[in-house]
Amino acid sequence: MTTTTGTLNLVEDRPFTQWLWRGVMALAAMALIAIYSSVFDIYEISIVIFTAVAMMFLGQNWSGFRWHSLAVTILSLLAIRIYGNDLTLGETDFFLSYLLASQSAFMWMSALFVMATVSYFAGLLFRSEFTAKVGTGLTWSAATMGMIGLMVRWKESYLIGADVGHIPVSNLYEVFILFSVITALIYLFYERRYQIRSLGGFVLLVISAAVAFLLWYGFERGAHEIQPLVPALQSYWMKIHVPANFVGYGTFAMAAMIGVAYLLVSWQQTKNPNGRLVEAMPSLAVMDELMYKVIALGFAFFTVATILGALWAAEAWGGYWSWDPKETWALIVWLNYAAWLHMRMTKGWSGNPMAWWAVIGLFVTLFAFLGVNMFLTGLHSYGTL
Amino acid sequence: MSETSDSQAPRYTLGQRIFLFFGSMDLAITLLLTLAVASVIGTVLQQNQPYTDYLIKFGPFWFEIFETAGLYDVYSALWFLAILTLLVVSTSVCVIRQTPSMIRDMWHLRTHVQEKSLQALRHNISWKVSTPENQTVTALMAEFTKQGFRVKQTDKTDAILISAMRGGMNRLGYILTHLAIIVICVGGLMDSNLPLKFAEWQGKIKVETRDLAVSQVPAKSRLSVSKQAFRGSINIPEGRSSDVAFVAMRDGYLVQSLPFKIEVIDFRIEHYETGQPKSFETDLIVHDSDLAEPLAATISVNHPLIYKGYAIYQASFSDGGSLLSIDAWPLDDRIGKEAIAIETQVFQTSQFRWGEQKTQLEITAFRPFNINADPTDDDPGRLRNFGPSMGFKLRSETGEAMEYLNYMLPVTRNEREFYLSGVRASPADEFGYLYLPVDNNGELTEFNQFLKRVRDKALVSAIAGEMMLETLAAIDGSEEGLQQSLQQTLTMLVAMFERGGFTTVTEFIETSLPEAERETLGPAYLAMLREMLARIYFSKVDDELVGEAELLFLQDAVDAIGSLPRYGSPVFLMLTDYEHVEASGLQIARSPGKPVVYLGCAFLVAGVFLLFYLPQRRLWVLVKTQAQGVTVLLAGMSNRNPRDFDPFFDQLTNTLKQLNGNSH
Repeated sequence: MTTTTGTLNLVEDRPFTQWLWRGVMALAAMALIAIYSSVFDIYEISIVIFTAVAMMFLGQNWSGFRWHSLAVTILSLLAIRIYGNDLTLGETDFFLSYLLASQSAFMWMSALFVMATVSYFAGLLFRSEFTAKVGTGLTWSAATMGMIGLMVRWKESYLIGADVGHIPVSNLYEVFILFSVITALIYLFYERRYQIRSLGGFVLLVISAAVAFLLWYGFERGAHEIQPLVPALQSYWMKIHVPANFVGYGTFAMAAMIGVAYLLVSWQQTKNPNGRLVEAMPSLAVMDELMYKVIALGFAFFTVATILGALWAAEAWGGYWSWDPKETWALIVWLNYAAWLHMRMTKGWSGNPMAWWAVIGLFVTLFAFLGVNMFLTGLHSYGTL
Repeated sequence: MSETSDSQAPRYTLGQRIFLFFGSMDLAITLLLTLAVASVIGTVLQQNQPYTDYLIKFGPFWFEIFETAGLYDVYSALWFLAILTLLVVSTSVCVIRQTPSMIRDMWHLRTHVQEKSLQALRHNISWKVSTPENQTVTALMAEFTKQGFRVKQTDKTDAILISAMRGGMNRLGYILTHLAIIVICVGGLMDSNLPLKFAEWQGKIKVETRDLAVSQVPAKSRLSVSKQAFRGSINIPEGRSSDVAFVAMRDGYLVQSLPFKIEVIDFRIEHYETGQPKSFETDLIVHDSDLAEPLAATISVNHPLIYKGYAIYQASFSDGGSLLSIDAWPLDDRIGKEAIAIETQVFQTSQFRWGEQKTQLEITAFRPFNINADPTDDDPGRLRNFGPSMGFKLRSETGEAMEYLNYMLPVTRNEREFYLSGVRASPADEFGYLYLPVDNNGELTEFNQFLKRVRDKALVSAIAGEMMLETLAAIDGSEEGLQQSLQQTLTMLVAMFERGGFTTVTEFIETSLPEAERETLGPAYLAMLREMLARIYFSKVDDELVGEAELLFLQDAVDAIGSLPRYGSPVFLMLTDYEHVEASGLQIARSPGKPVVYLGCAFLVAGVFLLFYLPQRRLWVLVKTQAQGVTVLLAGMSNRNPRDFDPFFDQLTNTLKQLNGNSH
C-alpha cells in the first residue's frame, strides 16, 4: 500500500471503451434535446451540450465515473417512472419511500458518507487496505445516492406544479447536498489518479460535517421542503453559476483537509519519523503538490463562477458588480487564493505555512458560503438560516 | 533584443528602484491581502443607508469619525480606491517587466545549451542507437512534431541538437491573467462614480439632500444626458411617465436626465398557489423623438430592456398613489357626532381642523392584501386575512407625529369582530393595538353612540343621580351632603375614566384616598364606575334585549374607551373604499465600461486555464556520432506539474527508443 501511495496513475482505457462512452454521451445529449426541444431555449441546449462534453472528458479514462453516471441515470429514470404524475407515491410506494424519493436518497447519502468516513479512518488505523477500499466504495455509493436524490428532487419539483419546477440548487439545503456530492467526486478523482486513499478520511470529515448540518437544517428548520423560485432566481444562469461555484467550494474544502493531514504528518515526522501515520500517509511532497493542484482547480472554477455571477447580476440586478456582501466575500475568497497561488508559484513557498494558509482559507470560504447568509444582509438572501 | 540585460547594473537609480518596488511580488501579495481585509468592512457595516440610521446606531462621535473615513460607502472611499490603484500599478509594472521575456519564452526554442547543462536536468537519459545520425535525427523530429512539439535542429561542432517545445502558450496565460486585472479595473473605473465625485469636489455639482419634486431640484444637482456611466432608480406610477432617474449619492441624490421618456402602463405581480411572488412585470412604453413610433416592451426581473445603451431593469415596486376613501369617526366630541368622509391618496398630505387643533394627515402606505399573523395572538403561526391596510401619520401643529396602521376589514377575536388599528410614536417602537368593537350592523355606530353618551355630561349626571338614589335607598341613607358627594363622585369617576382610562382612576385611588380607606373604598369605586358605565350603556337599550352579546359588547367598548387616551388621535380613520395604483421601481443604468470588464473577464478565464492546465514542456536531444556508434541524449523540463512530467518522460523515452532500433 505505502509503495504505491502518491504515484501517478495515468492508465488510459481502451479506445473502444472511450469511444463507446463518448458515443453514449453524445446520444444522451441528442435525446434530451430532441425530447425537450419544445421547452428548451438556446441557453438550455448549450448547457446540455456543455455538460455532455464535460462528462465525455471526465469519463473517458475514469471507469468509476462511468458507472456512477450509469447508476444515477438508471435509478433516477426508474424513480421518475414510478412517480408518473403522482407525487404522493413518494410516501406510499415502497421503492420511492425507502430508497429513491429525494428525501430517502439524501438520508442514504448521509448515512453512507458517515460510514465511508469511519471506514477510511479504520483502514488507516488498522493498516487495512480492504477496509479503506470499502471506504471508497461507500463514498461512491453516497455520491451516487446524493446525485440520484438531486435528480429525483428536480422531477418532484415539477410534480408539485409546472411553474414550481426548477433545478435543485436554489437554496442552502440543496446546495449543501450539491457540495457533498461534488466534493466527494473531486476527491474520488484524485484518489484514483494519485493513489491517496489514506487521505480519504480527512476529506470525508468535511463532507460528514456538511451532512450533519444538512440533517439539522432539514429536521430542525424544515428546510427540505421544495419551495418555488423567487423571481430573481428564475434564470438559466443559476444552472451554471451555482455548480461552478461549488466545484470551487468543494476543492477549497478538500485542499484544507489535505492541509490538516499535511500538518499532522509533518508534526508526527518530527516526533516519530517511523510512526504508523507517517508510513501510511502519502509523503509530504505529494500532499503539498496535491494541495496546490486542488487549489489551482478550485481557483479556476471559482474565477469562472464569480464571472458568471457578474454576468447574471448584470441581467437581474442592473449591474455586474454591486459590492453586495456575497459578491464581496467571493472577491475576498478569490483574493486569498490568488495570494496563496502567487506565494506558491512565484515565491516558491511550500510546506507548513502553505498548509496552514489552506486551512485558514477554508474558514474564509466557509464564511463566504454560510456566514454571509447567517450574519449579513444583502441581495443574496436566498439561503437564510 | 536581449540588450536590456545591461540595465541589470548593481546600482539602481531612484526611478528604477521605485519601478522595482511597485513590481515586487511582496507588494503585490500585500496588496491582494490588504484589499481582501478592506473589503470586509463594507460587508460588516451595511452600506449606503440613510445617514440618520448611522447616527442613531453609532452616536454623534463615532458617526463623524466613520463618515470622515468614508465607511458608509467604503468602495468609493478615496483610500479604498488608492489600494485598487496601487494594485493596478503593481500589476502593470509586473506585466511591463515580464512581457518581453514571456513573449520570447513563448516562441524561443533554446538552442544554446551544452551537453553538461542537459545532463544536469532532473530528467535526462541517454542510449545508443543503431541507425545513422541523420536518419535518427529525422525520425526523432518527426515523432516530436507528431506529439505536438515545435522543433528546431541546430548543427553543433560535434553533434546535432534538436530543441523542442510544447505549451508555450502557458506564458500567454501569465500575460492574460495579469492584463485581465488591469482591464477589469479600468472598465470598472469607467463605470464608477469617480467623475461625479471629482465634479462635486470642483464645485460643479451639488448632492441634493432635501425631499423635493423633480421640477424643484436646482440645476446644480442635475446631470445632463451624456456618455457618462450612472446607475439610477425611479418609481413610476402606472399611467405616468418620467424622463429622469435618481442617482443615489451618500445621504442625497442627483437627478440624471434621460434622452427618452419612460411611460409605465401596468405593473403586475403574479403569485404561486402558495402565495409567494412568482413574477414582477412592467409593461412600459419608451417615447423618443428618434423613434418612428413609441417602443412598447415588457420587462421583468432577469429580463431588462436595453435601449440606446441604457438598460432598464425591474428592481422594485411600491404604491403609486392609490386613491383612498376614508370615514373619519370622531373620538373627540368636539369634532362632531357623525363620521366625516375624506378622499385622499397615498403619499398625499392634507390638513384638517379636528376640534381645536389643526392636524396634518400623511398617508404613507397602502397594501391591498394582508395575510398576516395576528400581532396580538400568542401563536405567530396562525395566519389571518386582515384585508387591505393603510399606514398614515397624524402630525400635530408642533410637528410631532404618531404613526398608525389601520386594517379595512374587521378582524375576529374571541368570536367578536373588531376594527384593528396599530399606533406607535416612533418607527423604533412596536405597534400597540386598539380594538374597536363592531356592532350588529357591522359598523362603529353603536360604539360611537356609547362614547357620545359617556361624554354627555348632563346624561352622566342624571344617571349618577339615579344610581345614587337607588344606592342610598338600599342602605337607608338620605343625608343631603352624602347624596351630593356620591353623585359628584360617580360623575367624576366617569369623567376621569373618559380622560385617562382605568389607569387614571386607579392612580386617583392610590394617591387621593386616605390609606386606611383605600383597601375597602378602592374596589368599591371601581365597581361603581363599572356600574355607571353599564347604566350609561343600557340607558338606551331596551331591557328585554339585554343578553350575553350586549354584555360582551359593553365590556369591549369599555376596554376600547379605556385605551383611547393612549391612542392619541381625535378620529378613527376607517378605510371604506380604494383604487389600487401601483408604481414600478425601475433601475436605469448606463455602463460603458461593461464590454471592457467582460473582455477582461475573458482574458482572466483564458489566462487561468492556460496557466494551470497547459504546462510548458521543453525537450532537447543531442545526437552524437562517436567511435562506438551513435548516442542519443534526451533531456526535458516542465514548468508546471513535475509529477505529471515523470510518466510523460518515461513514456516518451520508451517511444523514442523503439523508434531508433536502439541497441540497449
